[in-house]
Amino acid sequence: MTIVEQEIHTPTKPPLYRDVRVLRWLFQFAVVGVVGYALYRLYDNAITNLEDSGLPTGFDFLDNQARFAIPGLEDSADYSVRKAYWSGYLNTLRVIVIGIPLCTALGVIIGIMRLSDNLLVRAVGTIYVELFRNIPVLLWIFITYLVIILLNLPQITDDVTPLDRFVISNRGIGIPWFNPDANLLTFVGFIGIGLIAVVGVNVWRRKVNEQTGQPSRGGLYGFIAFLIALAIAHFAAGNALSYEPSVIAENGRQIEGGMNIFPPYVGLTIALSLYTASHVAEIVRGSIQAIHKGQGEAAQAVALSTFQRYRFIILPQAFRIMIPPLASQYLNITKNSSLAVAISYVEITSIFQRVSNNATPALQALIILMFCYLTFSLGISLIANFFNRRLSLETR
Amino acid sequence: MAPDGQAAPPGIAGGGELGTAIAAEPPPRRGAGQGIGTIFRDNLFKDAKNSILTLIFGGVILFVLFKTFNYVFITARWEVIYNGPLEFYMVGKDFGRTGISFEMLWAGIYTAVLAMGIGSGLGYDPEAPPMRRGARMAMIGGPLVGIVFILSMTRTITPTLVTLGVAVAMVVGNRIGRRLPQPIRRRSGWILLAMTALAFGLITDFTPSNIDDFGGLLLTIVVAFAGIALSFPIGVIMALARRSTFPLIRPLAVGYIELVRGVPLISLLFMGQFAIGFLFPPDANIPGPIFRAIIMITLFSGAYVAEVVRGGLQSVPAGQIEAGKALGLSPFTITRQIVLPQALRNSIPALIGQFISLLKDVSLLVIIGLQEMLGVVDVVLARREFVNQGYVPEAYAFVGTIYWTLCFSMSRAAQRLETRLGVGTR
Repeated sequence: MTIVEQEIHTPTKPPLYRDVRVLRWLFQFAVVGVVGYALYRLYDNAITNLEDSGLPTGFDFLDNQARFAIPGLEDSADYSVRKAYWSGYLNTLRVIVIGIPLCTALGVIIGIMRLSDNLLVRAVGTIYVELFRNIPVLLWIFITYLVIILLNLPQITDDVTPLDRFVISNRGIGIPWFNPDANLLTFVGFIGIGLIAVVGVNVWRRKVNEQTGQPSRGGLYGFIAFLIALAIAHFAAGNALSYEPSVIAENGRQIEGGMNIFPPYVGLTIALSLYTASHVAEIVRGSIQAIHKGQGEAAQAVALSTFQRYRFIILPQAFRIMIPPLASQYLNITKNSSLAVAISYVEITSIFQRVSNNATPALQALIILMFCYLTFSLGISLIANFFNRRLSLETR
Repeated sequence: MAPDGQAAPPGIAGGGELGTAIAAEPPPRRGAGQGIGTIFRDNLFKDAKNSILTLIFGGVILFVLFKTFNYVFITARWEVIYNGPLEFYMVGKDFGRTGISFEMLWAGIYTAVLAMGIGSGLGYDPEAPPMRRGARMAMIGGPLVGIVFILSMTRTITPTLVTLGVAVAMVVGNRIGRRLPQPIRRRSGWILLAMTALAFGLITDFTPSNIDDFGGLLLTIVVAFAGIALSFPIGVIMALARRSTFPLIRPLAVGYIELVRGVPLISLLFMGQFAIGFLFPPDANIPGPIFRAIIMITLFSGAYVAEVVRGGLQSVPAGQIEAGKALGLSPFTITRQIVLPQALRNSIPALIGQFISLLKDVSLLVIIGLQEMLGVVDVVLARREFVNQGYVPEAYAFVGTIYWTLCFSMSRAAQRLETRLGVGTR
């Protein structure tokens, strides 16, 4: 087509109704308009319905008094719904903070087992993965809590108190712990002193490592330094740290003093860790397999032991591949912790359930619940992205 | 021989999400053409460390096997299953109220299974590498043990015969699917859709509101299937929107997907039970609890399907789109005729995986008080003859076996399909 022809047959600009750029924007505005209108209708319906049923339309109910008991919060003190949500949030955090390291450790072990050249070790790994992956996590929670934990823990009336300081019962597992009200500041201060000691020892060990080539063993030395610093501070301040033993209360129904670990918490955390570990194991196996075989063979050629080969050669490289799928598993364990609602461990979803049983608007209570989970998701994504960026290969 | 700990995977460990690189290049079969003694020595007693591991893990395996056999055959009191209402576990306690006959239900199930068989037969590729013996044994043996265990609880011959019929329907469908002539094959999508719709109609006696009285395994499967089927169009649209170049529409799709993926399913189910009523117009009929659950599960699954389809879209090489443009096709035609067929074909294994995880997630319905299998356990254990007598382990073991059999066989099928379709290897 020559320029002359173009001038004759087609105008330089197509008409508006055939201009792709105009049509694109029209289409987009139409879609956004429809979605916006639908959302507005839903919002309008919600406001109308809430007003019709006499429920508040705002978030003022957060200041109302929560009329339900939360284990771990004093029943006598009246606390607001806001505080109930906050304690539930912390309880969810407790599951995640223990569950993620547990499932990672177990998953790495199982994943490596599945690559062993011993038939039986491989078989155990495979059976573990296939068993846990193919049964719903809720069923595992029920089995762990209702069958394994509750049926095996003694009744509180059986009076099982090892060393007179621990309590083991189906009402909870009491262990001696620092009294948080009496010496929280001392406790935090001592931990701070210990951490300073750890940092100092690590700097020294790194220097030794750089100058003499001896292994730095920062973790081991740091741990010892932490304990020594803590002990010195404890005795120097005149036995400043005191702990409360855990005992059964006068009425014989409760555990007093120390830290009380609730059986549902143990059941939930273990079940979630076992289930998620089966997924982590598959990720670990896949990532190790994705690493060039020559890496492992080279490590063997320079006479590294199996442990050293995994610790220094294979796992650091595999970790780089693992991060995105691992992060998604950590998100899953966070979201699955909401299943605590089925075994009455009072984390944030259970709080929602209890809140919505009162005269509070379920819609708003739910929005807060979802917002809380979004903060977890966002947090885990941010951390994963940080590691992903730091560990990604520098490509030229 | 492969070095210590770095061995090639065993026969049963092929496939997997990240393990496809292995499937592309199968290692030589261990001990092929050698005596059984060699196999034993290489796998179990290669050196001192290996022998110690063998002894330790052999002991663990023997102990667990002994405990399991002891439990299944001696200590377990299975009367909670076979003397109790086994029917509840399968169809729920309110199924009688629907007035659907079991013949009707089985007709529906057979139609669905036939459709599944035809679908599996369509993907048959005679040139695909044959399965390794170990993989085939695991794929058939595992579910077989589960099915035998489940059927042993029925104590009558009818369920066994009807279940055998399911296997026959599957095989027949597979053979039909393999031999379909090309013109029909091209429209096979519509045929399968029609068969699925017919199956759904038969199962619900052509009155969808009957679902409200479903329970047990039937409810689990119907909800999971409805969830994946209804969420599929949502997922495709959302994936296309997320990959599109429309600056106003993309954030909508991203927002929906990330919002839903960021919250647990149970919070969405709570929304369906407690809050969705507020969103309907004041004078509208609010559907029953199971329908509301299906709505929320569809929304939930839509976001995950969208990510699966997005992965499929990304696997289509850019050259395909460029070729379409070079031919002067419109963007719509390129998407419809070139990109989507390849993308969807590549995402079939991951979609099956999504279906499996949905099937497991349906167990959460027990928390909102619906009678799926775990809910049935509560109902059965509340009966006078079983209450407070410690029948919990048996009931959960039975339900767990059902779930395991379903999920394991489907995940194996998905892995097999993945190797066959060559996803990720080209």
